[in-house]
Amino acid sequence: MLHIQGLTASIAGTTILRGLDLDIAPGEVHAVMGPNGAGKSTLSNVLTGREGYEVGGTVTYDGNDLLAMSPEERAVRGIFLAFQYPVEIPGVGNMYFLRTALNAVRHERGEDPLDAMTFLRVAKEQMAALDIDPAFLSRSVNSGFSGGEKKRNEVLQMTMLEPRLAILDETDSGLDIDALRVVADGVSRLRSPDRSMLIITHYPRLLDLVRPDRVHVLSAGRIIRSGDHTLADELEVDGYASTVAAAAS
Amino acid sequence: MSDVVEELVEREYAFGFHTDLDTDIAPKGLSEDVVRLISAKKDEPEWLLEWRLAAYRHFLTLDEPDWSSVQHPPIDYQDMHYWAAPKPKAPGPDSLDEVDPEVRAMFDKLGISIAEQERLSGVAVDAIIDSVSVATTFKARLAESGVIFCSFSDAVRDHPELVRRYLGSVVPYRDNFFATLNSAVFSDGSFAYIPAGVTCPMELSTYFRINTAQTGQFERTLIVAEDGATVSYLEGCTAPMRDENQLHAAVVELVALDDASIKYSTVQNWYPGDADGKGGIYNFVTKRGRCGDRAKISWTQVETGSAITWKYPSVILQGDDSVGEFYSVAVTANHQQADTGTKMIHIGRNTSSTIVSKGISAGHAQNAYRGLVKVLRSAEGARSHTQCDSLLLGSTCGAHTFPYIEVKNDTAQVEHEASTTKVDEDQLFYCRQRGLSQEDATSMIVNGFCREVFDELPMEFAVEAQALLRVSLEGSVG
Repeated sequence: MLHIQGLTASIAGTTILRGLDLDIAPGEVHAVMGPNGAGKSTLSNVLTGREGYEVGGTVTYDGNDLLAMSPEERAVRGIFLAFQYPVEIPGVGNMYFLRTALNAVRHERGEDPLDAMTFLRVAKEQMAALDIDPAFLSRSVNSGFSGGEKKRNEVLQMTMLEPRLAILDETDSGLDIDALRVVADGVSRLRSPDRSMLIITHYPRLLDLVRPDRVHVLSAGRIIRSGDHTLADELEVDGYASTVAAAAS
Repeated sequence: MSDVVEELVEREYAFGFHTDLDTDIAPKGLSEDVVRLISAKKDEPEWLLEWRLAAYRHFLTLDEPDWSSVQHPPIDYQDMHYWAAPKPKAPGPDSLDEVDPEVRAMFDKLGISIAEQERLSGVAVDAIIDSVSVATTFKARLAESGVIFCSFSDAVRDHPELVRRYLGSVVPYRDNFFATLNSAVFSDGSFAYIPAGVTCPMELSTYFRINTAQTGQFERTLIVAEDGATVSYLEGCTAPMRDENQLHAAVVELVALDDASIKYSTVQNWYPGDADGKGGIYNFVTKRGRCGDRAKISWTQVETGSAITWKYPSVILQGDDSVGEFYSVAVTANHQQADTGTKMIHIGRNTSSTIVSKGISAGHAQNAYRGLVKVLRSAEGARSHTQCDSLLLGSTCGAHTFPYIEVKNDTAQVEHEASTTKVDEDQLFYCRQRGLSQEDATSMIVNGFCREVFDELPMEFAVEAQALLRVSLEGSVG
């Protein structure tokens, strides 16, 4: 469903991605790991259409040219990014925001918009399952949320929007073990044969809880090694240095 | 960026139609004769004519003020009409059925069906076209609780003692250039009186409309809440699109006696001029209220229209423990200019004031907050808090803040916070990644920015204000 070939990206004259290849089939969970500065966040930014990058190569999503689409078009077609740093939007109700987002996606899928009551019922069910305080909905989007609360909110949005391709950009960073478990459970619950996931992370500990189908090591803008989930364990023991050195030689 | 500019140019004013009404109009120009003519047309008592003439004579001694930040070519006060009124088909409409059908049709076009309003919303509406009040709904129901809500002219005729007692008691005719002009030539407006201890059973509302070309509109609103009375009042304003600038110089006086409460909300959407800054209303308005002991006056304004907005709704906190509030959203796009804010004058003991101002600029617009917090020696224990936030869309607009604070009593606590921000790229991208278009995302972020003020508006008008904000900023994303 996602086919990345020779992807390059540079920002303000600095090249970050240098010909990245990656294929994700429906239902697969892939993890991209790598040291700081490898281009992990750039990958998620480029896949979701963040402006400011010079992009080359091809990315097809369900057979369509992903790079030609606006960020919102990618979103309503089922690409969801769980942000590394979820953004605060003061004065905008979390419930209103989430319902607007959900109805944008439903509109694209040819479904009727959810009215406020139905939405509230569905949201509360999901929040109970994710162990999120219902008071969440009446607060402003991420405003004054703790780091853990913001990440839970991302998982709630992801659950409600039912994406076809979920990208998690270092969603596990800065989380205590309880919050990490919430994120992992959220991801595990969403695993399904028609949903793919791309988990971008620096640390292997999320991958202990969510066993990915494939693990890739990103270094200096390229994927230098791929394997199954045991690759993550190996990295935990040895660190990135030996893999990076091996690839360079 | 270029398609953004294009959209800006194409931004249209939805209320820019003109209705052909048979109009009774005075010759252009300002003179003692015109003042006398207006007074005679309205069959006014001698004392009111004298008051107007005193104002006119004082006006001759004044120069237009130049201290505000707004820029405009000189206004020729002799090149406009000071009186224009739709000619009634039958003398004096007593009920809605007698209102000129074309006037009714115009209000329907504005989305304000007077009849609908009366029937469905329970909001009492007074509608003012050019200079004359054409319909006041719900009179009967209000009368049951002793509330008077009528046109200013009717009030002069039917309740002269009340008008005489309070007219000019908060904004004297010598107050300032535009208030003085208004005092000389004001044509009509609304009058509300809420007797002691009465909570007005419904929202009161006035819609103002300038229809005739080259006409100034000078209405006067007077609201008196007796001891312990409570009222909520809303005004809305629109005007047709015209290439020339039209002057609007209104005066609003609020009198809140002991323990009374007046909430005054404005949704101002006068024609702002076109994308090149041609045409539009010059809105020079004086609004002020006076509080007795424990009284409260709250101004809420959403200013999206007018080529120039110059207004400072103020509260004189005369009574002990009285409360003044000012909540403002001022949006300027294209070449609009706004210089707006408030004055809170603390005189009584333990008086408090709250000021929340949200200024939004886009295009080539300039938006200034100008506010005065003055604590007199007598105002033991006064408290004041100002929060003044500016949001910029694009890089060719400006935001300015001019806070004036004068404190003569050292027990006072006066706080001022200010911020200026741009619509954040991260916020926009976050919204778009959740499927919102750039326009929807901007609108949502700006609405969030204004939330504290919108929360102060009566429910149905909060929805209207959000819609208006969206229209005003259409194409201003950048």
